[in-house]
Amino acid sequence: MPANDVTPAPTTQPFVAADIAFVLIATAMVLAMAIPGLALFYGGLVRRKNILSIMMQCVSLTGLMSVIWLLYGYSLVFAPDLPYSLGFVGGFDFVAMNGVLPTNSESGQTIPAVGTIPRMSHFMFQMMFFIITPTLICGAFAERLRFASVCWFSVLWGTFVYCPVAHWIWSDTGWFSEFNTTNPWCKAFDFAGGTVVHITSGVSALICAIIIGNRLGFRQEPMPPHNLTYTALGAMLLWLGWFGFNAGSALAANPLAVAAFTATHMAAASGLLGWSLMEWLSHGRVTLLGACSGAVAGLVVITPACGTCSPLSALLMGIMGGAVCYLACTRLKNAFQYDDSLDAFGIHGVGGLLGAILTGVFATRMMKGGTEPLGLIDGHPEQILYQVIAALVTALYAAFISVILLKIIDSSLGLRVSQQAELQGLDIAEHGEEGYIFH
Amino acid sequence: MKKIEAIVRHFKVEEIKEALTEAGVKGITASEVRGFGRQKGHRETFRGAEYTVDFLPKVKLEIVVSDDQEPKVISTIIAAAQTGQIGDGKIFVTNIDEMIRIRTGEMGDEAV
Repeated sequence: MPANDVTPAPTTQPFVAADIAFVLIATAMVLAMAIPGLALFYGGLVRRKNILSIMMQCVSLTGLMSVIWLLYGYSLVFAPDLPYSLGFVGGFDFVAMNGVLPTNSESGQTIPAVGTIPRMSHFMFQMMFFIITPTLICGAFAERLRFASVCWFSVLWGTFVYCPVAHWIWSDTGWFSEFNTTNPWCKAFDFAGGTVVHITSGVSALICAIIIGNRLGFRQEPMPPHNLTYTALGAMLLWLGWFGFNAGSALAANPLAVAAFTATHMAAASGLLGWSLMEWLSHGRVTLLGACSGAVAGLVVITPACGTCSPLSALLMGIMGGAVCYLACTRLKNAFQYDDSLDAFGIHGVGGLLGAILTGVFATRMMKGGTEPLGLIDGHPEQILYQVIAALVTALYAAFISVILLKIIDSSLGLRVSQQAELQGLDIAEHGEEGYIFH
Repeated sequence: MKKIEAIVRHFKVEEIKEALTEAGVKGITASEVRGFGRQKGHRETFRGAEYTVDFLPKVKLEIVVSDDQEPKVISTIIAAAQTGQIGDGKIFVTNIDEMIRIRTGEMGDEAV
């Protein structure tokens, strides 16, 4: 066919190839945080008889949450408000990828867009957050919860906690959304999910640890990690994947993504130093587990702030994150004697709350652009109040719903495995397989 | 006949085996064991939680010899196993009532 006979397709759609490529790669990087990153990180921290059960939770939630996201999760977060819900949760406009998939008509193919990328890539990127958030909670109830209960809790928690909170923070009409132009009553900054991901999961993790109860033998026998080399490799994968998590949240290959990328790295680096310094002062030596935990704590703390703060502020936030999370995982946990097995609350809950508040301190238009002052150092101290309100409402809501869900599951299925199964280890008791078959 | 049990460091096992073989010892049984002596174990720290590890890994060598071999075997083990640092191990000596080689039915010193 001669070239001049080709009718050009309508080019009204604003897609930018670099942005699409960037978001796809970022999406894959976030998936690498859950599997294999979190699977290895958590896997090394449990005892050898539970290695498979925790890895199974990471991998099976990846499958389960993906399906829920397609069916209705994405819609509950990003669709316009459910009628009469007063901005509480999104409606059903995007159910089963309706409005996400391309449509064909006589005038050609139409591909729904978000900014300069197809809505489908936005759908996929956000799906990874929906996967990793309930997976983080698994660290709190590791080594004792029934597998069926893990699945039910995660699906219900994703539906009733994650979706509403993500709608509040990230939809165009959300209560705390900085994108809310119609009724902007409490604009909190949460660039990559400090509140949506880490506060919700961390606080719910604490509730799980308290309601489910301590592991058999907790505080009576040592329960050291069974393979810290896994944990270290997992932490390094988390650090790598977090670039996708944070920089990808710019949804475009632009200077904002570069700023978020840089802040992310600086916070991880200084978080590592903060935790190590505390160990040095307390025990006279530093540990690999401490260094890795500190890096993750720094990453958690910077997550809400990485799009609005400078790399130097990120450095400060990381150090504070490392030190505060260290205290949470040692002093706080010892004082209250709850068995947050792998410190999901100590790192994600405490780090998330700290990060949300510090975002109000360090947000600056120098990084984000615009003329409005953003945080305290920009001359807008009220921002801290907005951050605190959003963080506290989210924390209380996540805690409240988690209690209800756990009670419902406990009275119907039962939460905890039998004592015999717990002693035997969940690998054999729940899954009938063994992690280390060489002896 | 005497049974000599020596609890020694892992990295000394090869050296001890060679010295004993040279001193005329015909058989050694070795096993991985865990234990502690006066110095106890060490402390490990995981995310701020400290654990005491009392049982340290060692190797136990069991050697049965005739009575007249005993002093030489003991001095050979000491010479090969000693580092001078805490944790070098211990040697225990017990009497053996009888010893039988299964293949031939030989008994006593003949079976050593």
